[in-house]
Amino acid sequence: MDTGRRGLIRILLGTGFSASLISFLYPVLRFMDPPAVPEASVNEVSAGKVQDLKPNSGKIVRFGSRPVILIRVSDTDWRAFSAVCTHLNCTVQYSEQRHQIWCACHNGTYDLNGAVVSGPPPKALEEYAVKVRGDEVVISRHA
Amino acid sequence: MKRIAIACAFLAAAAFAKDSCTDCHSALDGKLQAPAAAFGNDVHSRHGFTCASCHGGDPTADDPSAAMSKAKGFIGKPARTAIPQLCAHCHSDAALMHKYRPQQRVDQYELYKTSVHGKRIAEGDTAAAVCIDCHSVHDIREVKDPLSPVYPLRLPDTCGRCHADPAHMAKYKIPTNQLADYKKSVHWAAISKGGDLSAPNCASCHGNHGATPPQVGSVAEVCGTCHTLMADLYNKSPHQPVFAAMGEKGCVTCHSNHDIEMPSPAMLAGPKAVCSQCHDADSAGGKAAAQMAQLIGNLSAAMKASDAVLAQARRDGMEVADAVLQEQQANEDLVKARVAVHAFDPAAVAAPINAGLKIAAATKLAGEQALRERDQRRKGLAVSLVAILITIVGLAFAIRAVESKRENR
Amino acid sequence: MATTTITSRQRVAGWLDERLGLSSLKEFLSHKTVPIHSATMWYYFGGITLFLFTIQVLTGILLLLYYRPTASEAYESVQFIMTRVRFGWLIRSIHSWSANLMIFTAFVHMFSVVFLRAYRRPRELTWFSGIALLGLALGFGFSGYLLPWNTISYFATKVGTDMASAVPVVGSTIARFLRGGEDVGGATLTRFFGFHVAVLPGIATTLIFVHLMLVQKHGISSPPWVEQKTGGKVPQMKFFPNFFLREMMAWYAALGVLGSLAAIFPWELGEKADPFASAPAGIHPEWYFLAPFYTLKLIPSQVLFVEGELLGLFGFAVLALWWVLLPFWATNPKGEERARLVTGAGVALLAYLVTFSLLGYFR
Repeated sequence: MDTGRRGLIRILLGTGFSASLISFLYPVLRFMDPPAVPEASVNEVSAGKVQDLKPNSGKIVRFGSRPVILIRVSDTDWRAFSAVCTHLNCTVQYSEQRHQIWCACHNGTYDLNGAVVSGPPPKALEEYAVKVRGDEVVISRHA
Repeated sequence: MKRIAIACAFLAAAAFAKDSCTDCHSALDGKLQAPAAAFGNDVHSRHGFTCASCHGGDPTADDPSAAMSKAKGFIGKPARTAIPQLCAHCHSDAALMHKYRPQQRVDQYELYKTSVHGKRIAEGDTAAAVCIDCHSVHDIREVKDPLSPVYPLRLPDTCGRCHADPAHMAKYKIPTNQLADYKKSVHWAAISKGGDLSAPNCASCHGNHGATPPQVGSVAEVCGTCHTLMADLYNKSPHQPVFAAMGEKGCVTCHSNHDIEMPSPAMLAGPKAVCSQCHDADSAGGKAAAQMAQLIGNLSAAMKASDAVLAQARRDGMEVADAVLQEQQANEDLVKARVAVHAFDPAAVAAPINAGLKIAAATKLAGEQALRERDQRRKGLAVSLVAILITIVGLAFAIRAVESKRENR
Repeated sequence: MATTTITSRQRVAGWLDERLGLSSLKEFLSHKTVPIHSATMWYYFGGITLFLFTIQVLTGILLLLYYRPTASEAYESVQFIMTRVRFGWLIRSIHSWSANLMIFTAFVHMFSVVFLRAYRRPRELTWFSGIALLGLALGFGFSGYLLPWNTISYFATKVGTDMASAVPVVGSTIARFLRGGEDVGGATLTRFFGFHVAVLPGIATTLIFVHLMLVQKHGISSPPWVEQKTGGKVPQMKFFPNFFLREMMAWYAALGVLGSLAAIFPWELGEKADPFASAPAGIHPEWYFLAPFYTLKLIPSQVLFVEGELLGLFGFAVLALWWVLLPFWATNPKGEERARLVTGAGVALLAYLVTFSLLGYFR
């Protein structure tokens, strides 16, 4: 048989096979190497230390990609709600004078159960669960 | 009159006793039968009241002359001008109403007397509205019943029965276009299409029993009961004292009263602008309006551009959910900017606009990065396809070689 | 001849052969042949299905490195794979596309066996194991579909397990077994995950082994009309290297197709499943379940005294049983082939599946 032909086949097969093998193996190997942020979902978020938040005050905490408002009602009573106003999605805040959650955009107010008190919001705020572990406050999704 | 009150209480107690009114009138037809047929739906009938509770007479008597005898208190069809007092006999009696519904208000008649309708009725004008014109008669339903004429979805049409009728309103010299205008408004859209029954209808701004149009000076307060932030800003702005001095009606000056449209930057600048109706283009006010319009237009344009890039990335299969969520915050800044317009100061508008622009720029960048990654993927695919193609060609040649060798043997 | 030098390759081969007895296998394979005729191209589909199954196992194992099978983390872990893991989008999209392609080629393989009459004696067991493998493939598809825990997969599983509960007597037990409870939830996900990565692969591997052994034992069948035309001497090509090289081409082409699909049409993430939301309009299962799905939609809810859904399920069961027993009714008691009956049945089934799948998709 024509050795030139044979050589060509060898080269084609050899190149093709090894090139395609590399193009398969390279993604697989990179896949197996865990990315910089190894954790997947956000099921719970640490919201700081107990001492950081005084009673009758609130702060906004990032939960995954959404804002959550954490409110310390009293020494031992912690509440957390979605901070996305149900009217037009502005971020709500805690009003210390009124002891209510308030939205600056159109004056919607919610009580400390997340229910709408007045203003345009059509629905209550979704509630999150708050646990105090030692001196750390942890917010997690409600069951 | 006292007899009617006694009859009310007595007959209420004998709730399911004999009722000759309904028995006879159901067998009649036309206008005489209608009340008997309708009364089953009435909230009063559910609480044990009968025809005699309002019309008097003796429902235990079968003989019409006995049942409808004046001696037994029968008043027949009451005169229109007497109706408010007739209803008020029970509805202003706190002790009585308390028995049926402890929280029921009993000040409707007092309020009615202060209203334009009440005052005209007191003067003997029977064309003005009385209780039954709005609440219906014989099939009166609770306000929260969707079939009630004063249910939020139906209330504007109820008011419009008189107020949109040119023939009826001719002698009062009031316009009759309010209902038609209101139906074009964003408030009616919120009620009828958005299902938000808390949005204002006629009674929300004008009052229901004490119906009176708001005075010029109180318009901002009325609008401000819901639109508090705008009212606050307006009251602190240079427009408030100027409008008050000119006798202009506050919010209504720019937003109109009945056909309130969804506000947009078109109100600030352009052919339909409101500002230019008073301010010349080269005046301080005119320049401020143009500036605010431009600021808002900038952010809207930036958000649109970012949207377009992210939509393209999503269409091409890239995951951009995080950036899309971030866009919400830019939207929030746009909302805040539009509220800030009511300070009529470009600096107040600029603050949220700048924050929003930063976010829109970031999300657009994220979208562009996603598109670049999409291109990278396709390049990588091309490389691997080339390798695969070379292998397949090599295999084809190998097959040929193997097979020709067999043939040659 | 002078002394032969033993190459290192030969030395390794010799070492292995002494311990594994590979030379007898090599000997066997060197005799394996594949018939050559106009319908030879259909012989590739079994191998492609096997190849795609291997791809599934490999990509599946890779996905296992990051996937979390709980209701609160499943969706997020798939999102993580798609957005953060390097080439995660590629591995996941290949896994999803290859699953669909594999079921498609499995069906093609089955129909080619019917139309080329490869179920005839003595290959009845090969047919049975093949049908069982097809069922397993559908089971893989059904269980795997739930794992991303998005809205579509949640409701498709709900509908599917609801249908199981329509079976009389044992229906509710079966449904509860599948769901791990009364409703589709986290327990269902755990269960389906277990089925998908442990139970079904175990059974499938065994059955594939059996199926392949039977194919080697009986050789590859030729259609009866080819046998008749060539008087029993059907021209053959050697499996190794001729058919094998061709098969490699087919497998490589399949890889190219998979890569292109994954890069140009990556698999969607969807929205995270919310059991309390109402089912979205137009919910329908994956394409390979569309035909029975649409059939059930058409059957009225009451037919005489029988509940419509029950009648439908019963019909499917009868159809499946009849199809499995094909090798037995394909020949008459005299041993003659009921050629037209089988071809007709095959065409009818194919037409039904295609038509109703299309109807189910567009309606």
